[in-house]
Amino acid sequence: MSTQDDSTSPTWDKSESNLPPDHWPLPEISVTAPLKHQPTAEEFAAVAVSPEFAELKHRFKSFAFPMTAVFLIWYFAYVLLSVFARDFMATPIIGNLNLGMILGLLQFVTTFLITWLYIRHANKNLDPIATKLRSEMEAQR
Amino acid sequence: MRLLETALGSPLLNIIIFGVFVVGTMAVVITVTRSGQKSAGEMYTGGAAFSGRQNGLAIAGDYLSAASFLGIVGAIAFYGYDGLLYSIGFLVAWLVALLLVAEPLRNTGRYTMADVLSFRMKNKPVRMAAALSTLVISFFYLLAQMAGAGGLVSLLLGLKGDLAQNTIIVLVGILMIIYVMIGGMKGTTWVQMIKAVLLILGAAIMSIWVLATFGFNLSELFGKAVEVNNDPAKGLVAQAGDMLLPPMSKYGSNPVGFISLSMALVFGTAGLPHVLMRFYTVPTAHEARRSVTWAIGLIGAFYLFTLILGFGAAAIIPGGQQAIEALPGKANAAAPALAYWLPGGDLGGSIFLAVISGVAFATILAVVAGLTITASASFAHDIYNAVLKDGKADPAKEVKVARYTVLVIGALAIVGGIAAKSQNIAFLVALAFAIAASANLPSILFSLYWKRFNTRGSLASIYTGLASSLILIVFSPAVSGAKTSMMPDVDFAWFPYDNPALVSIPLSFLAAVIGTYTGKAEFPEKQKEMEVRSMTGAGADGAIAH
Repeated sequence: MSTQDDSTSPTWDKSESNLPPDHWPLPEISVTAPLKHQPTAEEFAAVAVSPEFAELKHRFKSFAFPMTAVFLIWYFAYVLLSVFARDFMATPIIGNLNLGMILGLLQFVTTFLITWLYIRHANKNLDPIATKLRSEMEAQR
Repeated sequence: MRLLETALGSPLLNIIIFGVFVVGTMAVVITVTRSGQKSAGEMYTGGAAFSGRQNGLAIAGDYLSAASFLGIVGAIAFYGYDGLLYSIGFLVAWLVALLLVAEPLRNTGRYTMADVLSFRMKNKPVRMAAALSTLVISFFYLLAQMAGAGGLVSLLLGLKGDLAQNTIIVLVGILMIIYVMIGGMKGTTWVQMIKAVLLILGAAIMSIWVLATFGFNLSELFGKAVEVNNDPAKGLVAQAGDMLLPPMSKYGSNPVGFISLSMALVFGTAGLPHVLMRFYTVPTAHEARRSVTWAIGLIGAFYLFTLILGFGAAAIIPGGQQAIEALPGKANAAAPALAYWLPGGDLGGSIFLAVISGVAFATILAVVAGLTITASASFAHDIYNAVLKDGKADPAKEVKVARYTVLVIGALAIVGGIAAKSQNIAFLVALAFAIAASANLPSILFSLYWKRFNTRGSLASIYTGLASSLILIVFSPAVSGAKTSMMPDVDFAWFPYDNPALVSIPLSFLAAVIGTYTGKAEFPEKQKEMEVRSMTGAGADGAIAH
């Protein structure tokens, strides 16, 4: 995805754009693309009730929310087992590596795995709709 | 043992190599800043945007602070399994940022958290609250970095005693203020990227070295760490080695404290102001996603190294845990001391120690600079301009205010750093995480995902989270009443857990719900607009460069 077509000028908050050129330590503001159409409140309201947007919302939430629940439950299960099942977690599995250590290392594995799943989901199922809606809104006159 | 108690390596050599690093990073900062000023036009045409990968590196640079390197390695060297929790919590926390926060935030905001909250709530009160919590969180985070810097430099110079260490912290603080004054955000971002590479490489080399010493057998490394520290002359307590592998060596008498810490770690990241700010340095939500993915990969790899380094420090440093405890900076000295002993001490050890310490110090400098800039920008942008001057402040004056804020924050950090200098840095940073999770996270999540959420709910949540976490920290064993407290000689602690998250996070969520339902629903059309913006990125700002 190109970075250019996502760039528009700031219009709803201009409070920083009149800062002097050397204005650190405030972050710099810069505009990298020509002005684009800024969707109006009515246009936002229209998209908000459109079936496409409902579908986008559904696809996002039906992945992100259950997945958040999954990794939180898994993480706190690990923490609670460490606290309340100390002997169980201290069971040696591979040499000096005990069950707790193995489960701890598995937390790393699942974190990487969930990241990969989310990227795949977002690229395949979210980006096409989001890009379409955005370009439609920014093209309207 | 004698040698360890005075200095590691040769102070002169340490300082020379160390100085090269400090001057080198300073040179990078000055070069980048100057070139930015020369070609101001370039900034407006495309030089502005950091790519997702660059930004991911910078996020990793921001996140892998002294707490991650010095603090976690020390915690694992002393408490084994319980120290590993820091690594796991700090990493898993990124999933909250990736799945729920990074992209919608990029799509709706400008560059502070207050921008997102004020989008569909009453501007002034919400900005004020968000800016205050940003300042408090940044202060706690800074305090940890200062404590780490003081310990690190004392270790290199072979200084012991309170006066010497306090002097060092003051000098380091002044150096940092100068660095921020010269560098600014753009220079800092470049230093973050370079330093992230150096730090991860350094940790990788040390880890491979440690593993090679034990024939690439993790189990043997663990076994050696246990064996060494079971020696009463080496372990921190009797049979300290046996306590490294099973859970609860540190929290055995206070298991709920462990749960509280685990909550702070996993919910804190997505509420840290200087992390949130990094989601705005990329041009699109897609790049924000990419940068978080890069960050997760780099940070995850690094935390795997900390496990090896922590056990390596406990196993390899002659004199075990007691020798580390005797060094300036205590547990925080485990990683540099490991660097000294890996090549067997002497000249090779001195060089490796100085290089690793140089990387660690560059880490601290860059993180402090980023934090200070976040805090001063928040004060100047959100409090001075938006709240005090109705958004009509004279731009030149706003910049001046931001610069004075840097001085004030620097001075506060020096005082705080002195008070906290013998604490484990990972522990101190976990306090900042607890405040971030309590004060910021509920408001961020609710403003993105709860239609009914309103100004009163947000204010209730931020102030409840801020106040409860601060009060509980003050009256916790972290501040008084225990041998390891900041004030060990007095005891006014009534809160039994050294991290407040277990109480303050639920309180803050509860306050958000109560506040929301007792207040009126407001700006429904703004809520709709924000929802569309956050999901599609329509109408979002283009590149914003730091």
